[in-house]
Amino acid sequence: MRALLIRELRLALRAGGGFGLGLAFFLILTVLVPFSVGPATTLLGTIAPGVLWIGALLACLLSLDRMLALDFEDGSLDALATAPLPMEGTLVVKALAHWLTTGLPLVVAAPALGVLLSLPAPGYGWLVISLLFGTPALSMIGMFGAALTVGIKRGGLLLSLLVLPLYIPTLIFGADAARRGAAGLDPTTPLLMLAGVSFGTIALLPFASAAALRMNLR
Amino acid sequence: MSLWEYANPVKFLRLSERVLPVLWAGAGICVVGGLLWGFFATPDDYRQGSTVKIIFLHVPSALMAINAWFMMLVASLIWLVRRHHVSALAARAAAPVGAVMTVIALATGAIWGQPMWGTWWAWDPRLTAFLILFLFYLGYIALWEAIEDPDTAADLTSVLCLVGSVFAVLSRYAVQFWNQGLHQGTSVPVATGERTVSDVFFVPLVICMLGFGLLFLALVLYRTGTEIRLRRTRALLARGARSA
Repeated sequence: MRALLIRELRLALRAGGGFGLGLAFFLILTVLVPFSVGPATTLLGTIAPGVLWIGALLACLLSLDRMLALDFEDGSLDALATAPLPMEGTLVVKALAHWLTTGLPLVVAAPALGVLLSLPAPGYGWLVISLLFGTPALSMIGMFGAALTVGIKRGGLLLSLLVLPLYIPTLIFGADAARRGAAGLDPTTPLLMLAGVSFGTIALLPFASAAALRMNLR
Repeated sequence: MSLWEYANPVKFLRLSERVLPVLWAGAGICVVGGLLWGFFATPDDYRQGSTVKIIFLHVPSALMAINAWFMMLVASLIWLVRRHHVSALAARAAAPVGAVMTVIALATGAIWGQPMWGTWWAWDPRLTAFLILFLFYLGYIALWEAIEDPDTAADLTSVLCLVGSVFAVLSRYAVQFWNQGLHQGTSVPVATGERTVSDVFFVPLVICMLGFGLLFLALVLYRTGTEIRLRRTRALLARGARSA
C-alpha cells in the first residue's frame, strides 16, 4: 500500500501538469470573479466563502479524469487489479494520493485567495477547516465517477455530469460552514454534517467504486 | 407460477402484449377523465382562483417522478442480484419517462408559482431537490448512452442508481437545511390519513394520480418491449453479418 501511495504521488508530482494545474486553475477562477461581479469589497467579502468553495470543487473536478484513465490506458490498472491488494484498498490509496496532491494544496492556498476576495477576518480559520473536512469527500466521490467512466472514450464531460450532482451535499454543508464562520455565526452544525458526509463517503464509496471498476475491467 | 417467470423476455413480451391495451385504456380514461373533471367540474378556489387546477397535473407528475426513480432503484437491484436482462432494460426504459415527469412537475410548478408566489422559481428545498433529481436522471441516461457494451452499461448504471439514490436523499435533507421553504406541505399526508384538501378536489386528484401511475406503467412496459426487440434485432444482425 505504501509503495502504491509513493508511486501515485511520484507520478502526480513528476508527470507534469497534474500537481500545479489544479492550483493554477483555482487561482485563475478566483481572479476572474471580481471581473465578473465587480470589485466592491463588501460584495466580494460576502460571496468569498462560496466562491472559494466552488473554485476548490471545480479544481478537484479538473483532475479527476486522469485519476484512473492513464493507468487504464497503459494497462497498469489491470496489473493493480490482479495484485494481492484488494481493489477497494487500491482505490482508497489512489483517492488519498489525489487528495494529497489536489485537495490539500487547495486547502493551503485558500486563505491566500481569501485575501484577494477580501474575506472577513473570522472566516479564514473556518474556511480552512471546512475545506479540510470537505475535500476528502470530493476526492472519494470523484474516484467513484472516475471508476464509472474509465472505459469511455472522451468521458470527461460525462464525468462532470455524473459527479457534480453528487457533490451537492458536500458543497451545501461546506460552503454553509465557511459562510457562517465568515459572518461570525456558529458553524458547528454544518461542519459536523460535512464531516459526516466525508466519513460516510470514505467508508462506503470505495466499495461502490471498486465494484464499478471491476465491471469496467471485465 | 412466480413473478420471476417474467424475467424470460418471451414470457414478458407475451404478458405485456396482453396487459398493455388494458393499461393504455385505463391510463387514457383516468388521465383524460380526471383532468376534464378537475379542470371543468370543480369550483374555483376562493383564494387561488382557477390556478389551483394545475394541481391535477402537478401532483401526479411529481409523484411519478419520484416513484420512477424508486422503480429504477428496485429494477437495478434485481439486475445486480439476479441478472435478469428485462429488469435492466426496464430501468433504462423508465429513466426518460421519469425525467419528463420531473420536467412537467417543475414546469407546472413554475406556471402556478408565477401568479401565486410572484416568482417563477425560488430556491426552495422542494423545488431544488426536484431540480437535483432531474440532474440525476440526466446523468443516468447519459451513462446508458455512453457505454457500448450492454451488460457493462447495465452494471454501471445500476451502481450509479444505487449511489445516486443515497445522494439524492442526502441532497433532499441538505437543501432543507440550507434554505427555508416556500412550498406548502403535502395536502394528502399518507402517514396520518388526514387531508387538508376538500373532497371536490380530492376525488379527481386521486383519479389523475391513478391515471399517471397507469400511464407510467404502460410507457415503461412499452419501452421495455421496444428495448428487448431492439436488442434482438441487433443480435440477429450480428449473426447475419458473421455468417455472410
